[in-house]
Amino acid sequence: MVALTLPKNSQIKSGKTWPKPETSGKLREFKVYRYDPDAGGPPRWDTYYVDLDDCGPMILDALFYIKNKIDATLAFRRSCREGICGSCSMNIGGRNTIACTSGIDEYKGKITIAPLPHQPVVKDLIPDLTQFYAQLASIKPYLQTETPRPEREWRQSQEDREQLDGLYECILCACCSTSCPSYWWNSDKYLGPAALLQAYRWIADSRDEATGERLDDLEDPFKLYRCHTIMNCAQVCPKGLNPAKAIGKIKELMVERQA
Amino acid sequence: MTDYRTPISKVRGLGAAKSGVGHFIGQRLSAIALFLLLPVFLVAVALNSGSLDAIYALFSSPLGAILTLATLTAAIYHMRLGLQVVIEDYIHKPASKLTLLALNTLLCAALWIAALYSILRIAA
Repeated sequence: MVALTLPKNSQIKSGKTWPKPETSGKLREFKVYRYDPDAGGPPRWDTYYVDLDDCGPMILDALFYIKNKIDATLAFRRSCREGICGSCSMNIGGRNTIACTSGIDEYKGKITIAPLPHQPVVKDLIPDLTQFYAQLASIKPYLQTETPRPEREWRQSQEDREQLDGLYECILCACCSTSCPSYWWNSDKYLGPAALLQAYRWIADSRDEATGERLDDLEDPFKLYRCHTIMNCAQVCPKGLNPAKAIGKIKELMVERQA
Repeated sequence: MTDYRTPISKVRGLGAAKSGVGHFIGQRLSAIALFLLLPVFLVAVALNSGSLDAIYALFSSPLGAILTLATLTAAIYHMRLGLQVVIEDYIHKPASKLTLLALNTLLCAALWIAALYSILRIAA
């Protein structure tokens, strides 16, 4: 009934300590999760020293420093380097966030960097987010209408548009879902905070004509009601959004349509 | 075994059960009921805990019997709903999960019937 041993390769071994760069600059120690499925064997923690005088201010800059100057085999995702693409999400100092908007000076002492928790690891800091994206697709994150398409755009009042503030800004970095214990235990059935925030974004959209069907698809003990308002999602969101609040709004609508 | 099911097929699974709202409402209503009833019940029991006769007198008075039954009903119902969530959260093997969920319902029902019988026996 209960698994008493950890699955294969879940215990992280201590790895290689890479030589310090020859510099008079200020050094900062980084402990980075390394895993290469092709090489076999368990994951390991590698230690790197980054010369802060030769490196940009952000954690992503430090990862570039490591990749360019110390160890080219380190794998991580990144794209926009300005907090809008959501690619460089990872667990930094024990907390999910995006590396490009996290300053090195925000952390004390040795900085630990690991991939997003509880997802399969493709390599090093790259998680496999297939399920996460499928969950987003399952809530149909697009406008659904039956009324014939107007000649110009679908119109919306300013007040109705304001209902989408705090929802549309999500960059789908997966920091929230992968920080949620309920998602860790039941992500096969629970949609998770990110997908539910997007579900509410379309439920709250005055132009959408499928609100009832959207609620129908969420009315489930697992898909929606596994949220126990643990609030890790709102704590870690690098965009300052509150998925738990959006989930609460969905639960309110579920009650409202009963009476 | 190679898994050829697509990710979206796995995520959709068996579809939405179209339930859960009742549980949500029941849990909150029983919580409100307990919030109001429990302090009154505890004070009533504390004030009458001097002797067995005093407790019997409390449980056999109309107000005392109704207060006790209401408190126990709300508490057992709330426990049944809460334990259900704990089992659903942490037990993943279908057979164990279904067995425990059934046991939870049956044991809570038994507990409630026992409470009902005891109070009615004293009060009636």
